[in-house]
Amino acid sequence: MSHAAAADAHHTSTGLPTWKIGFWTFIGSESLFFGTLISTYMVYKGRSLVGPYPPDVFSIPLTTLSTFVLLMSSLLMVLALNAVQRGDRRGSILWLFGTAFFGAIFLGCQAYEFTHFYHVGLTLQTNLFGSSFFILTGFHGAHVMVGIVWLLILWVMALRGQLGPQDALKVEIAGLYWHFVDVVWIAIFTLVYLLQ
Amino acid sequence: MSFEPGRAETTKVAAAEEHAHPGTRTYLRIALILTVLTAAEVAVIHIPALEAVMVPVLLVLTVAKFSLVVMYYMHLKFDSRIFTGVFVAPLTLAVGVIISLILLFKVLPKYNPW
Repeated sequence: MSHAAAADAHHTSTGLPTWKIGFWTFIGSESLFFGTLISTYMVYKGRSLVGPYPPDVFSIPLTTLSTFVLLMSSLLMVLALNAVQRGDRRGSILWLFGTAFFGAIFLGCQAYEFTHFYHVGLTLQTNLFGSSFFILTGFHGAHVMVGIVWLLILWVMALRGQLGPQDALKVEIAGLYWHFVDVVWIAIFTLVYLLQ
Repeated sequence: MSFEPGRAETTKVAAAEEHAHPGTRTYLRIALILTVLTAAEVAVIHIPALEAVMVPVLLVLTVAKFSLVVMYYMHLKFDSRIFTGVFVAPLTLAVGVIISLILLFKVLPKYNPW
């Protein structure tokens, strides 16, 4: 990708790496994807005929904690990019692993939450709330999972000394994906959890 | 680490971007602001006096957090405006879809044929 990125940056009509333009386009399409899921949740909100209802199951302290963890993972991600750009191998290894680790903590909180909901009787089939909630947050969780795998691949590359400043675009694109997952959660946290 | 001609060019690009992007201190400051805004969001729902303005306040705080991450962590504030256009156009459409459906099903249900 390094060669391609270099060529892209200098020989495209925009003068910008096509990888990055392509990835921003993908993020734009992802905005529409999550927009439809959020719309569905909002439209079905308050229309469930049987419980459990959101106030019966949501734990705001737990969700606030997981939101904080995901926000801090975004901080670690930009620190990782900064380290890769500076050729700081130790920093790259530390921050990339830290980002993936914080992402794993977020997923752990979500797994705990889903399990708790299941035990109090809320499943995908229980009511409109259950269906729209699990689809929305489940797809978001799947995106986090993909991001963690991506970060761990970059981390292994950094461990092997295969991630230098010339590969900064690879890390930057992974970072764009990770931050997008973060901003989607910022919206979900307010629209789903706080505005019950 | 070997530097081939193409790689060296990429390094120049990366170095140029590094200068364009903010530094660690700015990133830490943004993280602090994000933490404070999140705490404010949670506080708002627990303060009965703010119940009447809870929805607009939460939406403003959310837009602020969203914008900070996109501008500073995703570097849209510092990168080419082409990236901003490629992202903001579909995002506007997505927000439009959300607002339209909420209006149709929640605010104006009597005009909804379904």
